[in-house]
Amino acid sequence: MTFSIDTERCRKLAMAGSIWLMPSITLADWEFNLPRGVTPYSNTIYDLHMLVTGICVVIAVLVFGTMFYAMFAFRKSKGAEAVQWHESTTVETVWTIVPFIILVCIAIPATRALIMMEDVSGADMTIKITGYQWKWQYEYVDDGISFFSTITRDANVARQLGSGIDPTTIDHYLLDVDKRLVVPVGKKVRYLTTAADVIHAWWVPALGWKRDAIPGFINESWALIEEPGVYRGQCAELCGKDHGFMPIVVEAVSEEDYAKWVQEMQAAQADAGQSWKAAATAVAQREQERDTRI
Amino acid sequence: MSEAAAHHDHHDHHPSGMMRWVTTTNHKDIGTMYLVFALIMFFIGGAMAMIIRLELFQPGMQFVEPQFFNSMTTMHALVMIFGVVMPAWTGLANWLIPIMIGAPDMALPRLNNWSFWILPFAFTLLLCTLFLPGGAPAGGWTMYPPLVLQTGAAFPFLIFAVHFMGVSSVAGAINIIATTFNMRAPGMSLMKLPLFVWTWIITAFLLIASMPVLAGAVTMLLTDKFFGTGFFSAAAGGDPVMFQHIFWFFGHPEVYILILPAFGIVSAILPTFCRKPLFGYSSMVYASALIVFLSFIVWAHHMFTVGMPLAGELFFMYTTILIAVPTGIKIFNWIGTMWRSSMTFETPMLFALAFLILFSIGGFTGLMLGVTPVDFQYHDTYFVVAHFHYVLVTGAVFAIFAGIYFWLPKWTGHIYDETLGKWHFWLSLVSVNVLFFPQHFLGLAGMPRRIPDYAVQFADFNMVSSLGAFVFGATQILFVVIVVKCVRGGEKASDQVWEGARGLEWTLSSPPAYHSFSTPPEPSTIEGGMR
Repeated sequence: MTFSIDTERCRKLAMAGSIWLMPSITLADWEFNLPRGVTPYSNTIYDLHMLVTGICVVIAVLVFGTMFYAMFAFRKSKGAEAVQWHESTTVETVWTIVPFIILVCIAIPATRALIMMEDVSGADMTIKITGYQWKWQYEYVDDGISFFSTITRDANVARQLGSGIDPTTIDHYLLDVDKRLVVPVGKKVRYLTTAADVIHAWWVPALGWKRDAIPGFINESWALIEEPGVYRGQCAELCGKDHGFMPIVVEAVSEEDYAKWVQEMQAAQADAGQSWKAAATAVAQREQERDTRI
Repeated sequence: MSEAAAHHDHHDHHPSGMMRWVTTTNHKDIGTMYLVFALIMFFIGGAMAMIIRLELFQPGMQFVEPQFFNSMTTMHALVMIFGVVMPAWTGLANWLIPIMIGAPDMALPRLNNWSFWILPFAFTLLLCTLFLPGGAPAGGWTMYPPLVLQTGAAFPFLIFAVHFMGVSSVAGAINIIATTFNMRAPGMSLMKLPLFVWTWIITAFLLIASMPVLAGAVTMLLTDKFFGTGFFSAAAGGDPVMFQHIFWFFGHPEVYILILPAFGIVSAILPTFCRKPLFGYSSMVYASALIVFLSFIVWAHHMFTVGMPLAGELFFMYTTILIAVPTGIKIFNWIGTMWRSSMTFETPMLFALAFLILFSIGGFTGLMLGVTPVDFQYHDTYFVVAHFHYVLVTGAVFAIFAGIYFWLPKWTGHIYDETLGKWHFWLSLVSVNVLFFPQHFLGLAGMPRRIPDYAVQFADFNMVSSLGAFVFGATQILFVVIVVKCVRGGEKASDQVWEGARGLEWTLSSPPAYHSFSTPPEPSTIEGGMR
């Protein structure tokens, strides 16, 4: 791991720094790499990311090493004399062709990953995601479930200017919602993203992708979550003043738990529908009575 | 130079005081005004960046409202791109292109005056929005609809400011093309031009091709907002994504507008302090031309997540990563220049060497971002922020610093304070990396860009980054001190200034006469392919 030295140094530095500067913040995570994620696609992406990073690091070591060698070896103060050549067709051909070959080596797995990502066929279920300023709506197209998901109240209070509330006292500050998007593990879920006002982007890093939610258009993507768990993300496209405050929480549960959750949601929605209908009937009745009085 | 010609050169009768600057058609005066303007804007844009980093110093909102924070990110970008880097390049072009090609002045001096004087008006329009009801534009410098259409009273100010900036830079570009194609001294063939002139001509063509596209895009925004058109509204049969395509058709060439002159500057400085001709002069020219061609067919890599067809995503991925080839050629040529040379490390050289390494880091992350499936993770995170600041700050801005230190003795006739220059370099080098390197980690760990507040796991790297920002910001005051000190006096500079300097501008006196090369230089003094 090329980065480990850096993190170690940073960690020490920051430990010293944070104790000295800001005693309240010591819950350092020092995350410095892409998460591996929990879907086949996110794993592919992670491997591809590590491949490209690795290639870049190797080239960087070679190129920067050569530069530093030149800087130390060819100093006037050490009596270095400049040769006056300024062209070499052989060398120039080599350093055009070699990078090209390396690019082809990156392009092949990248193409494969992209084809995998864009293949939304054979999905087990579909969820429609609609971005609003500044919340998300989730509609389970097959099960008739629909709800809004917004930032939790305590975080929303704490994030106000001059609230005086320490964000570290809030659980999952800015990354928690009132209603989670619940999905079954091991199922290929198709996500349709769109928006009602401005462009948003739906992003949960553990799923391995983000996709813009564009008003008037519907985008397709998919994810198959392999491990039960809670996965958090945020809106990733600037969408106005509260862009930073529309988190996403996905909860992946077993198929049985999912079925139970669907039933509960459907029942709750039916209840809500019933009481809404009752209220509507009452209003209509009152209006009719008033009309007859007149 | 004959005595008669020298006498002729000293005919510098011009109005004095304020009117000298308002009415001037002299390329040196206009160059100076561009550079001073860029410096002032650098501090205005920098102050905005300080507000951003101050708010992000720790989680929670401590100093500004989210809407104002968004205004700061939006305005910081517009000011830094259109008010700092582009005017600085035009200023350097004004000062240098005539004296590099042996011309008495720019080809279109009145147009030159006008292209500069549009800028203060454009930025007055833009900056006064900070005091309008509803505040300054806050929809991002990319002005994506429908969000940008929610801008309040600032909206028309934004659009017209962008129009003015576009007119100014297109006029400047026309001038540079007209000058280099018509006013080269006898014997200065195209393949003998210093690379700074070459990269600037290419930049000028990019400007002429891309700025009108931006003007068209923002005009469509204007009519969408005020005249009932629906170019970018799905409800009216339009498409918000079409704006992104048009914008980035301008935006990607714009990236090379911001960086190509830097390649030219580095290609002038490295050979000087290596005491060795530039390696692969002609391949540098061809690589620049290839980069420009590719820059017109890669725009959609800025918007991989909008949901394009597979074929489109593959096309833009391949063309994007292909840019690594000509860019690599440039880096390797610079290493070839350094190889078996005789180096010294004055401030311009230090900045140029830092450019090589740090710009390369920006190039590597650029390659990573170009790989579409992985970009689905990187897109719109701090990884992108780190990437483009490595390219623009340690790339473009460091090259501007390098160029200023390099030619300042020529312009002022004084050697700048080398000790302070080195302090400026080392402080900037360390702090800029403390500022931007942790942002790679923040982005990979999942922090989106353009957010005023963040989850607590991002706290530590943000604090490190902010500390770096404060030191970097404060260090730039040193730069002003050095420049002012150098303008006001100091050790007398020789005409040659640097031992290894080659090229026509070094044959002039330091400072050069108000009107230089009124008679063209002897063709025998023109050496080609050196830088």
